[in-house]
Amino acid sequence: MASMRERAPRADAADAAAPALDLPPEIVAAIDAAISAHRTRPGALLPILHDVTARIGYVPPAAIASIAHALNLSRAEVAGVVSYYHDFRDAPPGRCIVKVCRAEACQAVGADALVEHACTRLRVAMHATRDDGAVSLEPVYCLGNCALGPSITVDGKLYGRVTPERFDRLVAQVKP
Amino acid sequence: MTTTVYVPRDAAARSMGADQVAAAMAAAAPEARIVRNGSRGMLWLEPLVEVVTGSGRIAYGPVTPEQVPGLVAAGMLHGADHPLRHGPVDSIPYFAKQERLTFGRVGLIDPLNTDDYAAHGGWAGLRAALELAPEQIVATVLDSGLRGRGGAAFPTGIKWKTVLETEASQKYVVCNADEGDSGTFSDRMLLEGDPFAVIEGMIIAGLATGATAGFIYLRSEYPDAADALHTALASARAGGYLGPSILGSGKAFELEVRMGAGSYVCGEETALLESLEGKRGIVRYRPPMPAVQGLWGKPTALNNVVTLASVPIILARGGAYYREFGLGRSRGTLAFQLAGNIARGGLVERAFGVTLRELLYDYCGGSASGRPIRAVQVGGPLGAYIPAADFDLPLDYEAFAAKGAIVGHGGIVAFDDTADMAKLARYAFEFCAIESCGKCTPCRIGAVRGKETLDRLRAGDRPRHQLALLRDLCDTMEKGSLCAMGGMTPYPVKSALEHFPEDFGIERTPAANASGTRA
Repeated sequence: MASMRERAPRADAADAAAPALDLPPEIVAAIDAAISAHRTRPGALLPILHDVTARIGYVPPAAIASIAHALNLSRAEVAGVVSYYHDFRDAPPGRCIVKVCRAEACQAVGADALVEHACTRLRVAMHATRDDGAVSLEPVYCLGNCALGPSITVDGKLYGRVTPERFDRLVAQVKP
Repeated sequence: MTTTVYVPRDAAARSMGADQVAAAMAAAAPEARIVRNGSRGMLWLEPLVEVVTGSGRIAYGPVTPEQVPGLVAAGMLHGADHPLRHGPVDSIPYFAKQERLTFGRVGLIDPLNTDDYAAHGGWAGLRAALELAPEQIVATVLDSGLRGRGGAAFPTGIKWKTVLETEASQKYVVCNADEGDSGTFSDRMLLEGDPFAVIEGMIIAGLATGATAGFIYLRSEYPDAADALHTALASARAGGYLGPSILGSGKAFELEVRMGAGSYVCGEETALLESLEGKRGIVRYRPPMPAVQGLWGKPTALNNVVTLASVPIILARGGAYYREFGLGRSRGTLAFQLAGNIARGGLVERAFGVTLRELLYDYCGGSASGRPIRAVQVGGPLGAYIPAADFDLPLDYEAFAAKGAIVGHGGIVAFDDTADMAKLARYAFEFCAIESCGKCTPCRIGAVRGKETLDRLRAGDRPRHQLALLRDLCDTMEKGSLCAMGGMTPYPVKSALEHFPEDFGIERTPAANASGTRA
């Protein structure tokens, strides 16, 4: 039965075998804090990965070993989850994250043209972070704002009826 | 006397500046009491501001922050006339002609105030359920004819009966709030506009099945819904509705929210369970059904947000009351969501049997662009494209199934006559390739091969050959996929090919049909 694979987390966070992290101390502290906040909850892996992302913006590959150790999982299991979900990234994002909805309802009101405009205005391709680290541009598949498309988010904040002009105002913080 | 002004906190209203409107209102009318309500569902009017007057709640919209001082100066707080005034909100035809059962409180109340919830019929279903044996609760839900509103339309009472009758040391209730279908937002509007109704429905599900713990699996694209739920759960706990003894009954129920992480297929129930367990959202083989072996292998009542939020009114008013609405085997109401290229987009709760034409034209006024509506996609990215010739079809699960289409979660996305249906068909494969969990071959490989085949077809490369390949591929995906992701991706593809062959460079002949589309 699949559920038999659910294993108890390790009891002791300071287990002698805990792997050392080759990361700056503040990032190590953030990862440790996320692990200790959730490690005893059932199904703790997603809450931990969300928490790490909320604290430092991404899940450093070097953190996988310590998360795996704390949850008594293999590194492959943790890496597999990180790579499976769109929300988890393994490298720091740009200083501003712009997501443009590409789903059908937004396509019906010009989302494809807005994607093109976004790439031109932000000088970055979809799924990419600009070389200067100023911005990441990503697709998203439905923001639940389908009567007021095209929709985007800028740093998590939702905007509807986004024309190219409105887009430019909303990303004014990003230098062209 | 203090005037009360409602400014929605709904994410759609906020996406059009509702927060700034609320701030401008507080500055222009410091004497007014501002309540952040849910949305009435007339989304083209958002932000829709309502003022409580002696002659009802007067609606103004869409209001921009810049217009607020002028509105207040014009006497808005007394319901005065203005170009943005729509009169009493419940006499606006779009709203007045609805049958609001599940969404009765959304937009009406302060969604985070338990007293306001109780004053509008809240907790009555739970109090009724606490007087009943689990078998009686299940019988009431069976009697109502309620079917799963997530899209699969499985009878809720039968699912609950299975969980109730399965012996186990622990059972769970899971709310599927992973509303990923494009064109749908009813779960979001309920979670933001009446979160206690979902919580009440889950507690009742627990009483009915013997489950003492519940999880709400919420998609991460809905941060406002997460905030509303966290606040509502804290109040419900403080009010004694959750915890070791629900309202002193001695029966326990505890509930928590878990966030998804951007995977569409996690809306499929077994992938959702895997994700809740902290794994990749990979679809499981069924059987065993989740009602028998679900979360951590335990019996699990897994229902959609709207399904669960429909349960309190059924318990409060009886199964027969709910069953009176609708037709055939589709009983009760559905919250239709009108989206895409539509003049008056929003949410319309009606009994089953309403036609697409009524929704698209009588309620919504046709397309936003003013051009003819060429097609609508009903039921999300896995739903069929329906041409204008079929707009008189009644919205009913069986009538749609007979046409090779689905009602699904009730999302309706309109496209005008500039839409390229071949491009949309290609997108269906593309989306499937991006979101496939990868477990079964027809979905994982089929989506990619389908996209390539459509590209060759659109380029005019041996069209008859490509059509034969597509026919075969769609058949394999439909019959051989583990879940609806691969199994229904052919629906939008085949319907687009059947009804709009000219967009694929094919002449409109019977041979143009990609396969035995049941239209």
